[in-house]
This record gives sequence, structure tokens and C-alpha cells, in this order.
Amino acid sequence: MSVYDPFRELERFRRESDRGGGTGAEPAGRHWRLAFLPGRAARQYPLVNLHDDGETFTVEALAPGLDPAHLEVTVVRNTLTIAGEKPGPANVPPERIHRSERAAGRFVRTVELPTELDADRVNAQYKNGLLLVSVPRSESAKPRRVSVQAS
Amino acid sequence: MAEKTVPTPPPAQRAGAEPASEGARGDATMEPTHSEEEYTPSAVDIYEDDQGLVVLADLPGMEPGALDVRVDNRVLTIRGRTQHLATGTPVYREYELTGFFRQFQLPEEIDQAGIEADLKQGLLTLRLPRAAPAPSRRIEVRT
Repeated sequence: MSVYDPFRELERFRRESDRGGGTGAEPAGRHWRLAFLPGRAARQYPLVNLHDDGETFTVEALAPGLDPAHLEVTVVRNTLTIAGEKPGPANVPPERIHRSERAAGRFVRTVELPTELDADRVNAQYKNGLLLVSVPRSESAKPRRVSVQAS
Repeated sequence: MAEKTVPTPPPAQRAGAEPASEGARGDATMEPTHSEEEYTPSAVDIYEDDQGLVVLADLPGMEPGALDVRVDNRVLTIRGRTQHLATGTPVYREYELTGFFRQFQLPEEIDQAGIEADLKQGLLTLRLPRAAPAPSRRIEVRT
């Protein structure tokens, strides 16, 4: 039993409409069609948290029960893409399933970060069902102090 | 396997709460709106196989040592606190890891002593074997 929080839904809706209906990974409008299955279809998978320590962005993704060998993390310019497959229970006939709340299947999620990234120094770790990707800013995206000369 | 709709705290917590002390502390409950701690009900898949029932529960961020799975009076409780791994200043947040808590009422034909639990990469697999049917026997009629 999950607690329905209308304010969180509102906030999510506001964020999604700010982005123009979705991210690059999902076609706009898909949320509407599958909105009656909010658990598995309307929500983007995996959910991510973004941290920044000035030098490196750390993306923490909520993705339990995956095989790390089948996780693909790619970085192009300023976008980070996480792709993979979440396995469901194998070879279980439908009449033997009592509950099916964990969605399964292939997923892709693209996260756009505010600066250029250094694709050579990306580090991805998978621990306890959390995917932790740290991506440093590229050298060209770091602020440079310009000395002012008096004339 | 039915979900317990009014969650009760696990016995360890019930024993620790003394009814006389601190007023309301005595009627501790895990009901979402009344609970002292925040928690999320974990998503589960439950299916049957030839041996019995299998419960798969998503528990992302769960350290094996922090997970508490118990059976008390035919109520299965899955519970544990989780923690974020990322460091640095949070700039965008879609989820929060607090803890997981969920309870199920077990059917009578489950062999409670044979339950096995396995936690791998945030996925808890519980195997609940069916109890062997009681052998038929003749009942002595006393006169």
C-alpha cells in the first residue's frame, strides 16, 4: 500500500511540463497514454538523484536487482545515458503470479547535465541496487579566472 | 498471500515501548500517517512455483546487515533502513531513501521454519516452502 501524495504528483507534472513533456529518451505524449499505469509506464526508469561537488557530478540511480554486466552507461558531450534490462521472474505462467509490482524490461534514461563532461574519466559503480556514476566536468567547462590589467 | 493493511511494529519495538512512559509512546504503530519513522512500502512480485511461494522485493540501497526479515504469528515483516551512497551537494532529487517496511499475512500452508531469504544487489528473494500435508490418521475415540 503506497501513500498517494497529490503534491508530489503535481511537482512531477510541473517538472515534466517544464521539459516539454519528457526527456529525449521518451517521446512526448507517452505519459498521457499510459498514465493509468503510473507504477510502471508513466514514470521514468530509473529515478535519479544528482549531486555536485563543484568538480564532479554524481548521479545516483535507483535500479535494484540488475546484472551489472548488462548495464550500459554512456557519456556524450553533456548527456549521460543509462540503459539496461531489469529481469522479471522467468518462466512463470500468468496464473501463478499473485502480485506483479516490480516492473521488468528494457529501459533507457538520458540525463542532461549543465556542462560539458569528461567522458574519459567517468566512473560507474553498482552497489546494493544503486548505480553510482561520477562524471567530472571537462577541463574546458571549468571556470577560469581572468586577471584584469590596469591600463 | 494477503497484505496486512494495518501495519504493526515488529515485536522488538513493541517490547521496547513501555506503555506507562512518555504518554503516547505506548501505542506505537507503523501506520503511514501515525508512524514515528518514515518508510516506503517496497514493490514486490509474488508468484508460486512447485516448492511454494516466491517473494521478490526491491530494496535499493539496502545493506545486507541492515535488513530485518521476520515471521511472527504468521505475519511476514520486511524492514530495514537504507542510505544514499552519493556525496556532494544535492542539486536535483527524484527520490529519497528512508527505509522500507511491508507486511504480509502468510497462508496457513507455509512451512515457517523453512523460509529462506537472499539479498543480492538490492533484490530480496524469499522462498516460502509449502508445508507437507499432515498425514491422515485415525483418531482414537475414547469412551
